[in-house]
Amino acid sequence: MVEVKINRTVDARGSFCPGPLMELIRAVKEAQVGEVIEVLSSDQGSKRDIPLWVSKAGHILLNVNDNGGYTSFIVRKAK
Amino acid sequence: MKKVVVLGGGVGGTIVANIVSRRLKKDANVTLVDKSGKHIYQPGFVYVAFGDEQIHNIIRDEGSLLNKDCKLIIKEATKIDPKDRKVVLDDGQSLDYDYLVIATGSRIVPEEVKGLKEGAHHFYDAEAAEKLRQALIAFAGGKVVVGVGGVPYKCPPAPAEAACQLDYYFKKRGIRDKVQIEFLSPLPRVFPLEAVNPFVTKIFEEKEVAYHTFFNVDYVDPEAKKVYSLEGESVDYDLLILVPPHRGAKVIEESGLGDRGGWIPTDKYTLQAKGFDDVYVVGDATDIPISKAGATAHYEAKIAANNIITQITGAGSLKHYDGKVRCFCDAGFKKGISLSFDYTHPPKPPSNLSLSAYLGKVILNKMYWLTIPSGRF
Repeated sequence: MVEVKINRTVDARGSFCPGPLMELIRAVKEAQVGEVIEVLSSDQGSKRDIPLWVSKAGHILLNVNDNGGYTSFIVRKAK
Repeated sequence: MKKVVVLGGGVGGTIVANIVSRRLKKDANVTLVDKSGKHIYQPGFVYVAFGDEQIHNIIRDEGSLLNKDCKLIIKEATKIDPKDRKVVLDDGQSLDYDYLVIATGSRIVPEEVKGLKEGAHHFYDAEAAEKLRQALIAFAGGKVVVGVGGVPYKCPPAPAEAACQLDYYFKKRGIRDKVQIEFLSPLPRVFPLEAVNPFVTKIFEEKEVAYHTFFNVDYVDPEAKKVYSLEGESVDYDLLILVPPHRGAKVIEESGLGDRGGWIPTDKYTLQAKGFDDVYVVGDATDIPISKAGATAHYEAKIAANNIITQITGAGSLKHYDGKVRCFCDAGFKKGISLSFDYTHPPKPPSNLSLSAYLGKVILNKMYWLTIPSGRF
């Protein structure tokens, strides 16, 4: 896998749905186009909501990693 | 005598100050600092906007709610120094403390969304609620759009409650057929609490409230009367009601105690600020990922007061906050829902809108002043 430079990591572990999604949305709003954001979530609802939102908003979900206890979502701001 | 300083005269701060000063008359001096000296029953704002309540009924002097052993200072705290255990006020006065309670709440920041201040109404302060009341009176027909301008915000059900109140208001005026109501949700569903969402969606359908999900407001164009989302959509409006984004209090940000949103990292069980066992945080000021609401502050305040008393007297043990929140939502037509939940129990979906939940809200609205701030209930 090609290494992706992560510009910002948002640790939303311990935050309940929709907390991690909201944290990601805020980070994407603040980021420049092309930047990569990683969000860490321990909430199960994120596995459904985050990919849905990324797709709807037209950004790119580069990777989803299940780390046992939490999941990391890596998202590139596309527009 | 231990010195207990409480910052903020909202529901959380007032309850802690009253419980600690009442129970530790001989062991603690309690001082509450509030910049306005006015205590506001904030759930009343929506009723002001819809013409069912008057501002003067939802505001009281903080001094009238505090017990006589508690000292009130009407000043703004400008700096908190937890290492030196002191708070600096806007007149330069410095207050030392043994225990500090931060109950500074949240503040609205409409300026963080372009065009929101100029193009949208809200009901999150007295002035805005009154302005919205007048706009609603003048509204003769067209599209009313109601939603959330940024997260987090106080009282998560409030926008959905406002949508239902709009339906009720225009039906009472006999012009509901001339008004379209549309709801903007930042989430993939209309209601933040997943378990309750199917029920609220059904209510919206019955009340003919149309909705857009995953609509995170990017900006408002007041001239074109359009609101745009980060997801790339836009919605036209004739009247726009958007809950403004919120941040923690300025003093928290200026003291370097908050996260990016100005919320204080707080132990979700003991309610102590992380890293400081002599600083408690209650209400909106915390970063705990649960509803920012009066009921949250109410239940947290009782735990924080208990824990300060325990630390001062050395008797008993620290209690844990279980995340309890209870709220009543008024859906109009004398019907409502009540929701209870905590860290481990999601809310049970209600089966129907009920008169009893509506009455719960009416009773709370009327009895608030006599019951909640005292800390006895």
